[in-house]
Amino acid sequence: MTLPRRRHGAAPWLFLAPFLLLFLLFVAVPFGGALWLAFRHGDAATGAAGLQFVGLGNFRFALADPLFWQSLGNTLVLTLLAGVPQHLLALALAWMIYRYLGRLTGLAGIVGMVPYVTSAIAIALVFTTLLSSEYGLVNQWLARIGLGPFDWLHDPLLLKLSIAALVCWRYVGWNTVLYLTALQALPVALLDAAAIDGAGGWQRFRHVVLPQLRPMIILALTLTLIGGCQLFDEPFIVAPDGGTERAGLTTTLYLYRLAFDAGDLGGAAAMGWLLLVSTVTLVLAFNLLWGRGAWRRVE
Amino acid sequence: MLRCLHAAVAVFLASSALGAETLTVAVFPKLDEAVRLVLPAWNQRHPDVPIRLMVLGYADHHNRLATQLAGTANVPDVVGIETSYLGRFKAAGVLENLAASPYLAGQLQPRFVHYAFAQTTEADGRILALPADIGPGTLFYRKDLFDRCGIQESGLTDSWAGLLAAGRKLKAKTGAYLVANPRELKELYLHATLKEGEGLYFDQNGKSLVESDRFVQAFELARAARKAGIDARINTWTNEWAAMLRNGKIAIVPSGSWFAGPLASWIAPSTAGHWRVTDLPVRGNAAWGGSFYAIPKQAGHKALAWELIQLLTDRNNQLNALRAPALQAFPALNDAQQDPIFDSPMSFFGGQTALQVWRHAAQATPATHLDRNDPVAVDLVDAALDSVLVGGKDIRAALAKARAQIELRTQR
Repeated sequence: MTLPRRRHGAAPWLFLAPFLLLFLLFVAVPFGGALWLAFRHGDAATGAAGLQFVGLGNFRFALADPLFWQSLGNTLVLTLLAGVPQHLLALALAWMIYRYLGRLTGLAGIVGMVPYVTSAIAIALVFTTLLSSEYGLVNQWLARIGLGPFDWLHDPLLLKLSIAALVCWRYVGWNTVLYLTALQALPVALLDAAAIDGAGGWQRFRHVVLPQLRPMIILALTLTLIGGCQLFDEPFIVAPDGGTERAGLTTTLYLYRLAFDAGDLGGAAAMGWLLLVSTVTLVLAFNLLWGRGAWRRVE
Repeated sequence: MLRCLHAAVAVFLASSALGAETLTVAVFPKLDEAVRLVLPAWNQRHPDVPIRLMVLGYADHHNRLATQLAGTANVPDVVGIETSYLGRFKAAGVLENLAASPYLAGQLQPRFVHYAFAQTTEADGRILALPADIGPGTLFYRKDLFDRCGIQESGLTDSWAGLLAAGRKLKAKTGAYLVANPRELKELYLHATLKEGEGLYFDQNGKSLVESDRFVQAFELARAARKAGIDARINTWTNEWAAMLRNGKIAIVPSGSWFAGPLASWIAPSTAGHWRVTDLPVRGNAAWGGSFYAIPKQAGHKALAWELIQLLTDRNNQLNALRAPALQAFPALNDAQQDPIFDSPMSFFGGQTALQVWRHAAQATPATHLDRNDPVAVDLVDAALDSVLVGGKDIRAALAKARAQIELRTQR
């Protein structure tokens, strides 16, 4: 049976117009522009006429540029350094809040979100002050137990750790809320049954809660992976030039500097596309390895 | 209804007419203060042509210009450009040639400091900007700290070895560091040893110079400072750096004369009386920052823009910009440098006639080549220095790698 076709005229398009307009302006046009730029080379200051078609030249340049590879390596290392502790802490925090805070759970969620909604610039300024080698509180505290001083913001390894700590602190609350939401959706009977069977707190968490949280863990890790590949704010404020030996130079920071400091919009656009391909590949690989079944709809 | 429509049309036409006669000036912070100083004179001269100031942060301003100047809409009539960006905008071909009629800026050449005017001029004679203010390079140093060690001013400037020895003595006696970061010493050496017509990172033909002896020696100086432990291992223009300047933990800042403004107004006003300025080591002289005014080719009001630039660079307004406490913009005009204010003692510098030091430096500074790729080279050379200081890499190997990366970026 086929339904009779009804003429709606322009009405559906009018309803769709706000979305289509925003999509065109903020997604399609920038994507198209970035694709156009990726095949052109020249100083942005010369205008569109000064940007010559160079075929795959920008991609060849990016792949031959050691700084691009270093920035990709930095991005991956920072994603792992910030991501792994972030999720371990968030899972533990979510479980503790769920078990012990009762009616205060909502309040804990709000408090956890504060770093996430606070301006990245304010956070980074506070962190750089805390981590200052000469006047920072962190070094003062460490000095009391006979450690340091550490050059948190200039030593290449410590700079990475500092940026990772900043990112971790900023997003741990967000992930806690994600896990808390998933925990609250768990059937209480499951945990009660495990308790009746004699499972302790850790056993219930390990054998009942974690498997049930798997879809949320996969989602949260996927979001962290995507966010990590786009990491810009924190390294830009802590070490705008990438820091000592470019230890804090992420790919997004590098392509920003390439586009705006050096005026090489084409090279930066090509790197942007390569970063997109790397991100999608990573996310797909991660989901193939660990995400099987996680997105399956539960009937 | 019809009346309302007529009124709306009248308002629209009036605002369009007003818009057509607005002079747009795009500058970065501090330079806007210099423009504001001439507003009363401008408004008196052209009450019907208001000036619209567009002020963005230093980097954002130049980024915006990069995409704006080649366009046809919303192009400012007058733009401020900092020295490090001038090479790029000159090469882009988006600035009006002020040597041509009706500007004939070539006639103004004798009025300006030699090196600054030369930086605006291309080999083919085109003049693409006019100097707004200049930054003759000098050493800012804490006299009180060096006095405690018995180190005279000449101990800082007679030789590079003497400067390092002074740093070691200073650290031993007072605990203060000579400089914030060895990058400053590298920059100091690279600037102070430049000769007329040479470029900092590239020669006149755009060939990279980073493997030259000048760079090797600059890196050796920086490495010696790091080994001696006389740098504070911090970055300049950070909160930590400002705190150390305030607390007398850093004794020298190599910089242009413009540094006096921020130092006295917000970085370390409490240290008034302790600072002095002196020439760069080994009688070197170098341009260290500075600003320029230019007219974009696509500007809509070129005649008015030129009139404003002339007003901004006249003797009185150059001196007003110098007198403004937080600005202290050093005049690019030779005539303005003959004003009696140059003989006045400056209280922040313990009564020293610091303006005379800068005037002498300005007059002796060689004209050097600004290359459009200088910002690329700065970045990669700094990374190379890091690999020497932190990674222990061989200097020549680090510079060879830097040159390869510079060529990869610039010769595509």
